[in-house]
Amino acid sequence: MSDSDQTIVDSEGAPKTGRRGFMFKIGAGLVGIGGLLVAAPVLGYIFAPAFTNWEKRRSWIDLGDVKQFPVGETVLAVYKNPIFGPTVGEANEIPCWVRRTSDSQFQIFYINCAHLGCPVHWFAESRLFMCPCHGGVYYEDGSRASGPPPRGLFEYDWQVVRNKLYVFGGEIPNLQIPGKTPKDDITPLTVDGVEYLDGKAVKST
Amino acid sequence: MMQTLKTAWSWIDDRTGIMKLLGPPLKHHVPRNAKWWYVFGSCTLLFFTIQIVTGICLALVYAPSGDSAYNSLLYLDYVVPGGWMLRAIHAWSSNAMVFMMLVHMTQVFLHGAFKFPREMTWIFGVALMLTTLALAFTGQVMRWDSDAYWGVGIGASMMGRIPFIGGWLTHLILGGPIIGGDTLSRFFTLHVFILPGAMLGLIGGHLMLVLRHGISEEPRKGGPGEFVDKATYREAYEERMKKKGVPFFPDAAQRDMVFCGIMLIVLVVVAAWYGPIGPSPRPDPSNILVNPRPDFPFLWIFAILALLTPTIEDYLIVVAAPIVLMVLFLIPFLAGTGSRLPSARPIASLSVVLLITGLLVLSWLGVTSPWSPHMSAWTSDAVPPSFVHGRTPIQLQGAIVLQHSQCRNCHSLDGLGGKRGPELGDVATRLSRDQIIRQVQQGDGNMPAFGKNLTAAETDALAAFLHTCHPPGVLPADRPGARLKQLREIDKARANN
Repeated sequence: MSDSDQTIVDSEGAPKTGRRGFMFKIGAGLVGIGGLLVAAPVLGYIFAPAFTNWEKRRSWIDLGDVKQFPVGETVLAVYKNPIFGPTVGEANEIPCWVRRTSDSQFQIFYINCAHLGCPVHWFAESRLFMCPCHGGVYYEDGSRASGPPPRGLFEYDWQVVRNKLYVFGGEIPNLQIPGKTPKDDITPLTVDGVEYLDGKAVKST
Repeated sequence: MMQTLKTAWSWIDDRTGIMKLLGPPLKHHVPRNAKWWYVFGSCTLLFFTIQIVTGICLALVYAPSGDSAYNSLLYLDYVVPGGWMLRAIHAWSSNAMVFMMLVHMTQVFLHGAFKFPREMTWIFGVALMLTTLALAFTGQVMRWDSDAYWGVGIGASMMGRIPFIGGWLTHLILGGPIIGGDTLSRFFTLHVFILPGAMLGLIGGHLMLVLRHGISEEPRKGGPGEFVDKATYREAYEERMKKKGVPFFPDAAQRDMVFCGIMLIVLVVVAAWYGPIGPSPRPDPSNILVNPRPDFPFLWIFAILALLTPTIEDYLIVVAAPIVLMVLFLIPFLAGTGSRLPSARPIASLSVVLLITGLLVLSWLGVTSPWSPHMSAWTSDAVPPSFVHGRTPIQLQGAIVLQHSQCRNCHSLDGLGGKRGPELGDVATRLSRDQIIRQVQQGDGNMPAFGKNLTAAETDALAAFLHTCHPPGVLPADRPGARLKQLREIDKARANN
C-alpha cells in the first residue's frame, strides 16, 4: 500500500492522477465553493451601503410652518434625517438654510459647502454665505461668489403643503451626489391620505 | 539561587527553542558605523507599541457608538482615574509616531539605504507610512467631536471628486447616506482591527527584510558600501559584516535603548503637560459655529486644498496624489544603484530640502489658515479709533457700512480682522476712489461682488471712508500706480535733504 501511495506524487511533489490526485481536486473544488459561499455574504455586508440606491430612499421631511420663514430672509432650519441607524445620536440633527424669496417661493440649501463639505454660515447684512474652512463664499441665491468651491450651494427639492414646508432629502451631497433628486425619483408626499407633488394634490387614497 | 535560575532557563530554552529563534536576529551583525542615524526606526516601533498598549486600555472604556462615544471621552477625561493621561499619551504618541516615521524615512532616503538589494524593505516602509497615516486619520475620527464629524465630511466630499465611482465610494466610507453611527463603526473597525492588523503584518515583513539584507552602512566618501553595484554589493557587504560587523545586541541596541528611553520620558512629560487632544464641540451638525481643523499630520493637506485654484483641484486629488504615491513606491527602481552619498545625489538631497520646507510651510499655513474668514471679526474687532478720528459724517457712515457688511471677516484694519483679503488700513494708497467703488460693486480676484447687496448710498459712503485709509504722510491714490510715484518723490525729497 505504501508503495502505491508514493507513486501518486511525482518527483516535484505535484499530485499525479490516481485516487489521491482525484481527492485533491475534489478538495480544492469544495474549498473553493465553500469559500465563495462565505465570501459572498461577507463582501455583500461590507459593500451594501455602496450599492444601496440612497437617492431612491429619500423622502419628504417636515420643516414646520411656513410662518417661521419670513419673506426676504434666510434662516437656519434643523431636521432629523429620515434614514439613520440605531446609534446615530446627535449626528442626525441636520441643518439647512431656508431662503424665502416670496410668499410662495423658497430656496433651500444644504449646509455643506460645495468645496469640501464644511458648514456654511449665512450673514444677513452682507447677504453672503461664508465657509469657515477654506473661505468659500456664496451669494444669497446660492451661486458661487468666490473662493475654492467649484459650483454654487447644493439645493433641496421642496414643496409647501397645507402651510407646511417640506424638503426632499436624506443624503449628504457632494459633487457626485446631487442635492436635487431627478423628477421621476421624487415620490409624492402623503398627508391625511392625499398625495402631493409640487404642492398640489395628485391623488387621494 | 543563580544556579537554579540558570537551570530553569536552560530547561525552558531546551524545551521551547526560544534562543534558536531569537538568537540570530539579536546577534546578527550590523555595520560598525551604524550609529545615531539608525535609531529612528526602532523609536517609531516603540511609539507603535505604546499605541497598542494605550489603545487597548482606552478600549476598556471608550464606546464606539455614535450616540455615546463623545460622552465616553468626557467620562475618560473627568471620571476614570488616569483616563485623561492615557488619552493624552495615545494622542501625543500618535503624533510622535508620525513624526519619527518621517525622520526615519528621510534618513533612509538621504543615505540611499533603499537601493539594491533593499527595494522591498523600502516598499514595505512606504506601505507602513500609508497605514500609519490612515491610523492617524481614523484615530481623529474616534474622538467623534465636531472636528471628526466635519473631517469625515471633508473625506466624503473628496470622494465626490472622483469621477464615476465617487458616489459609490462616499457611501462605502460613510456606511450609509449621512455621517452617523454607522460611519463611526466603520472607522472604529478600521482603526482597531484592520489597520493595526495590517500594521503588524507589515512591520513583521519590514523587520524580516531588514534581517535578510542587513542594515546598510552610513555612506562616507571612500567608505564601504558607498557605491551600489548589483554584481558585487551583496557579497562585499556580507564579507564586511563577517569581518568588521558588530552584533546588533548589545552594540547597536544600546543606542536604540538610550534614544527610545529619552523619547519615552519626553512623551510622558508632553502628555502630562499638554493633556489629551480634544474633544472639540459635540458632533452635532446643527451647531454650525464650529471651526473644523485636522490634526497635525494633515494640516498641509488642509492648506493645499485652500490654496489651489479650483480648476486644478480635481486633478490634484484624483490624478496627482496617486502619481506621487506611485513615485514613492518606485523610488528604489528609479535609482536602485550608484552612489549612496547624499552629496553625490543633488536631486535627491534637494528634493528632501524642498519637501520638508514645503511641508513645514504648508503646515504652518494650516495652523494660521489666513484664507479662512474670521467669522466673528465684524462683531468682535472694533474699527480702531485712529480710523474714525476727524472723519466727516459720510466717512463715518462708511465705517459703519464696512463693519456691518462683514468686510472685516476677510479684511483686516490695522492688523485686526480676517487675512483672506488685503489689509484695508492703507487701501487708499493702492486704489483710487473710483477703483474702490468698482471693486466693491463688481468684486474681483477672489472678492464677492457687493453690487446687489449694498445700496448706492452705502457704496458711496464706504468708498468715502476707505479713501481716508492711508498712513500719515502718504497721499491717497488718485489713479493706478500713484503710490509708487509718491514713494519715489518722497525718496527724492529725502535724498535732496
